[in-house]
Amino acid sequence: MDLTLSDEQRLLRESADRFVAETFTSDHRKKAANDPLGYSPAIWKQFAELGWLALPISEAHGGLGGGAIEIGLLMEAFGRGLVSEPFLSTVVIGAALVAECGNEAQKQAILPKVAEGALTLAFAHSERAARFDLSHVDTTATKTADGWRLSGNKIAVLDGAAANQIIVSARVANANGASGKLGLFLVPAGAPGVAPRDYARLGGGRGCNLGLRDVQLPADALLGDGKDALAAIETVVDRAMAALGAEAVGIMQTLLDTTLEYTKIRKQFGRPLSANQVIRHRLADVAMQVDEARSMALRAALMANAEPAARSRAASGAKAKIGKCARFVAEQAVQLHGAMGVTEELDIGAYFKRLLAFDTLFGGSAHHYRRHAALSGRVQA
Amino acid sequence: MDLTFSAEERAFEKEVRDYIAESLTPEMKRATALTPSVFSDPDIGMAWQRALHRKGWGAPGWPVDHGGPDWTPAQRWIFEAECARAGVPNVNVMGVKMVGPVIIGFGSPEQKNFYLPRILSGEDYWCQGYSEPGSGSDLSSLKTRAVRDGDDYIINGTKIWTTHAHHANRMFALVRTSDGERQQDGISFILIDMKTPGITTRPILTIGGDHEVNQVFFDDVRVPVANRVGEEGKGWTYGKYLLEFERGSGIASAKLREALKTISDLAESDVTGRAIADPDIAMRMSEVEVDIDALEMTELRVLSALQTGQNPGAVSSLIKLRVSEIRQAVTRLGVDVIGQDGLAVEPARPFYRLNHEPAIPEELLPVVPEYLNGRAYTIFGGSSEIQRDIIAKMVLGL
Repeated sequence: MDLTLSDEQRLLRESADRFVAETFTSDHRKKAANDPLGYSPAIWKQFAELGWLALPISEAHGGLGGGAIEIGLLMEAFGRGLVSEPFLSTVVIGAALVAECGNEAQKQAILPKVAEGALTLAFAHSERAARFDLSHVDTTATKTADGWRLSGNKIAVLDGAAANQIIVSARVANANGASGKLGLFLVPAGAPGVAPRDYARLGGGRGCNLGLRDVQLPADALLGDGKDALAAIETVVDRAMAALGAEAVGIMQTLLDTTLEYTKIRKQFGRPLSANQVIRHRLADVAMQVDEARSMALRAALMANAEPAARSRAASGAKAKIGKCARFVAEQAVQLHGAMGVTEELDIGAYFKRLLAFDTLFGGSAHHYRRHAALSGRVQA
Repeated sequence: MDLTFSAEERAFEKEVRDYIAESLTPEMKRATALTPSVFSDPDIGMAWQRALHRKGWGAPGWPVDHGGPDWTPAQRWIFEAECARAGVPNVNVMGVKMVGPVIIGFGSPEQKNFYLPRILSGEDYWCQGYSEPGSGSDLSSLKTRAVRDGDDYIINGTKIWTTHAHHANRMFALVRTSDGERQQDGISFILIDMKTPGITTRPILTIGGDHEVNQVFFDDVRVPVANRVGEEGKGWTYGKYLLEFERGSGIASAKLREALKTISDLAESDVTGRAIADPDIAMRMSEVEVDIDALEMTELRVLSALQTGQNPGAVSSLIKLRVSEIRQAVTRLGVDVIGQDGLAVEPARPFYRLNHEPAIPEELLPVVPEYLNGRAYTIFGGSSEIQRDIIAKMVLGL
């Protein structure tokens, strides 16, 4: 039982905190918001040079073999700076799906390039009718003479329009045409029949909805050997939720720090706001919820390699609890900034919106309390 | 980083589990499950204290030379967790966890030799004389006065919310020996024999129907000056030390998990008509469980810091607030789980020794009283409002 950081982990945290504080300033963010790409390729290159893109990739595939704790340290720092680089979609989700499902040739073709910063990935899985049910996929993959044909509609594809390759989930049609196993397919950017509807994502970065109409793919576009991909998707999404939880903690901590400062400086009725007990108690509650969120993100990271039921319970518990805390912290940060909190002139709003995006990604609190209850045998899934 | 305990710690865990299995009687376990107040009655609580003492585990937080077991923070965690899992009696903390550390820290050699062994063995039963009718959260405004008369103090005044004063043979009390510039000055820490003439105790029933607290009156009560701990007028310092000592040793998540499991088992049983089938109940069960997960992780962060000799810092002050709120959430859920059977009031006590068949199944009896009495969790030991004041000042620097 030891929850202290190793020397390497401490160094990683310090360098991440420093880099983010120096690079991701308020001005930088405002520029990035108008960038059609949503992020800076020059900074992405620096991420690669710092070794961050190689962090969770295995050493056999050009990576550093790090785990969920290291990812969490980076993500918390990213949260503090509202980083919009496609780290989650490329490294935490994309590379992990390839590592979980891909065959050796696919891993060799993709993972070293991700580690070098030469390839970005996105994951197109969610569909509108699925809500947050990871097993609900209507997109179809039909075997053709020389490969696959994909058709369907995906939503909420993070960083999808700028990604070099999109990993698309689809139901693989059986020989008799009925829908069968879930497969993951590598779709190159700009492939004929792929129609992304790009949008500026709530809280920073880009997202897209993706139309797929008779997209023709080669036989080796299917990751792995055709085994059902649901278990791998659940594994990767659980770990992504732990990573997102750490990012949310960084965002919440920044909101708390900023709000504390503001209530000390802002004077009304001849005294600082923070002299009022009602404000002090509210801030105590905010601090408490930030700390609870911190505990839950750490817990989910520590359980990232546990057996599936325990891992999923920890991930859903964390997602639900951190989401609830995030809403409270974000809303109180705006409230305590008064009218200024509702304007685009302060950074508060940007952090608020990123937390709102966090809460809805992969399902909000209500969904994850329900999933937790189902995994605990309390309700039917 | 990892969450697992070492092989030695696992072996210790087994030793604790085995000892509990051979010493915890079914009677003690049943009595504990059917007790809706904070502490077990002394017949149950002290029986368990004696069992722990036999094994040398009577005072986990004490130094070795006073009879402590010399455990690491991890061992204390494991011990507390195993005790919670097994449902051992809730031993009144006033002796081992409260007055004991103060006597060890500030008492005279004579006081240590006399009192400490009697606390360990359960021979003495202590109560705490802190709050007064006019001094609740503002404790240092206390007015009970000790006036020097030769080798004695003569004490007049009253203490209130005194847990188990009706069972205790001794009280540690904060009394005013002089008036200083600040109201914290001039307070002394005194040990009082409850059989001393002039002491009367009035029972106070809590809203759950339990007699756990009292008001104690002092009418020209003569106490030897030798019963003062430490220096005259420095009692406030000792009183605060006691609270800090208590804070670092708190491990609540394991007990809360067991309390939730009790409610969860009821909800899955026919005795509540399978309340768990209500999806709202099921969701809230998960919500509370996740809150306990967060608390446990926070406690483990504190433990890990203590293990490596670091100061856990301000995070421990957040814990008391969450523990009391989660406890109340568990008891609230309990009331909703048992539904209309909660209408039946059983005034007799203790529930584990009733002379008649209760109107509702026995295991449902403590649920509503636990909820009602449990409203006190956010009030005693510094109300939640006071805790938020402390967090704002000490954690946030406001």
